[in-house]
Amino acid sequence: MSEERLIELHGLTKTYGKGDAEFKALNGVDLQINAGEFVAVMGPSGSGKSTLMNLLGCLDTPTSGSYIFKGISVGGLSKDQRSLLRRHALGFIFQGFNLLARTSAIENVELPLLYRGYSQKERKRMAREALVSVGIGDKERNTPAELSGGQQQRVAIARAIVTNPGTLFADEPTGNLDSRTTVEIMELLCRLNDDRGISIIMVTHEDEVASHAKRIVRVRDGLIESDVIAHGRSGHGAIH
Amino acid sequence: MFFNAFIIALREIRRNLTRAFLTVLGVVIGVAAVITMVTLGRGATETVKAQISSMGSNLLVLRAGQGWGGGGAPLFSTADVRAIEGQIAGIKSVSPLARGGASAVVLENARVTDIQGTTPEYFGIANWKLSQGRFFDQADLTEGAPVCVIGETIRRELFGKLEAVGSKIRLKTTSVLVIGVTAPKGQAGWGDDLDDNIIMPITTLRRRIEAKASNQNIDQVMISGEDGYPSEAIVSDVSTLMRERRGLKGNAQNNFSVSDTRQIAEAVSSSTAVMTSLLGAVAGVSLLVGGIGIMNIMLVSVTERTREIGIRLAIGARAREVLLQFLVEAVTLSCVGGVVGITLAYGLCSTLAKVVGAPFLFDPKINIIAFVFSAAIGIIFGFMPARRAAGLDPIEALRHE
Repeated sequence: MSEERLIELHGLTKTYGKGDAEFKALNGVDLQINAGEFVAVMGPSGSGKSTLMNLLGCLDTPTSGSYIFKGISVGGLSKDQRSLLRRHALGFIFQGFNLLARTSAIENVELPLLYRGYSQKERKRMAREALVSVGIGDKERNTPAELSGGQQQRVAIARAIVTNPGTLFADEPTGNLDSRTTVEIMELLCRLNDDRGISIIMVTHEDEVASHAKRIVRVRDGLIESDVIAHGRSGHGAIH
Repeated sequence: MFFNAFIIALREIRRNLTRAFLTVLGVVIGVAAVITMVTLGRGATETVKAQISSMGSNLLVLRAGQGWGGGGAPLFSTADVRAIEGQIAGIKSVSPLARGGASAVVLENARVTDIQGTTPEYFGIANWKLSQGRFFDQADLTEGAPVCVIGETIRRELFGKLEAVGSKIRLKTTSVLVIGVTAPKGQAGWGDDLDDNIIMPITTLRRRIEAKASNQNIDQVMISGEDGYPSEAIVSDVSTLMRERRGLKGNAQNNFSVSDTRQIAEAVSSSTAVMTSLLGAVAGVSLLVGGIGIMNIMLVSVTERTREIGIRLAIGARAREVLLQFLVEAVTLSCVGGVVGITLAYGLCSTLAKVVGAPFLFDPKINIIAFVFSAAIGIIFGFMPARRAAGLDPIEALRHE
């Protein structure tokens, strides 16, 4: 079983503040994630899981240690280079959906394509395809205010996958949703993972949500507490 | 990248039209004010210039007394006119002007009007043009022929649709033949109707209308200088000559005045030009305030749109792309403001020009300047908010509520 190494962390630390106010959010994290994995990162608030997500998502740089993403050392990249890395290789889903208000679903989904320089025709086609693939092809004209929470998160997922990224970062993707919608969204994420082979790294504090992942990493006090292969994912083949 | 920034900026403007309207309003008013002020000011200047030059080019007028009234001061004589003609250098021609007044009657129409008694040279000096007929000539002058040239107002009021040239006008007890009608000059800057007069040989005025051949008084002496000869020199030579002839000594004040229409024209047009630039500058301040308005709303909007910026940065927008987006937004808004302002100014100018009575001169130059200026305002005042937006940290921006 030869798997492509997606993420490699060695002694990753992140320190905020200086002197007496210094606070180590991450205290030497080692972690490897392969392409195609679905990893849930769990931990209580203040454990450092958000900091870890920001670093993994190339939104931030580590204080020390190394982060290799697909063979690229992220610590050595400039702000603009990290932007381009996010643009071309990563997708993001947030707890609060973070859609542009007063903007139709299809225009929200088109947003990353605009930065990638696609023609208008291409943008429309790809955005429409992404909306259909998340099951809301009929809502492209609706603005976020006209959509339910679950539908909004689907638009956000469509926006994240429209550029065909290899990796998806989900920050509490079901935090604002009821339990029934939560299951729907998690099933959608599982399908993206299984059918399209998109690697997913998801932060959550709900065991129920985490159980959909193939692997659960628990973080506490800036260190990895446990790292287990989950077996709770029923009905989905987890073997590569 | 630039094209993309333009699309993104347009979408953002469309998303919040109220905000866009408020942002643009200051620039609209500023641009409209600048263009209206400058256009109307220029129109006024042109009007004044045209009126003054219609009185005659290189025209100098010798009047009795100081200023425009001249009441009580001694008038001039034919001898004065001859002296000026013979002794002053740089003069093309000189003509005396005696003024009278009478009620002019044609059939049942009557009108009290000015009568100017003069010599044929007057027509050239005062820049009169004919619309019909002919001027009187030297023979008419010598003879004291009962002929006259009438202004357009007189023709309209007395003759209406009737043929004027060849008809007779009764002035007091004399009938005078109309031999010509002058082309209209319009209203003078001080409100006089320049076309409400009758011009006839000075001899006719004295012998037939006033019936006092002994009255040799001349109210004004009209002098036209040679082209290119400095009018200042003529003014000072005429003054010296007249002081001599009147025996004014030492510090005694002139009891006559010599005015130079070109100097008056220059003085008047330079003072209206100063007024125009002053009004333009005041309006320019409002354009500046409009620019500050753009900056203000863009700054507020960066704060309000922090999350949007966070989303853009997270999905891979580079700082310079966010900067460009906000800059393009500001420039687009200010350019739209410029165009709307120009349109508004066009309407304002054409309406106000009618009200003020100045000609409507739409100068493309001032429009281009105002447009470029409003675009520049977009760049200058859009830059700081745009840089602030571009400098945001994506993590902080996404967390912003």
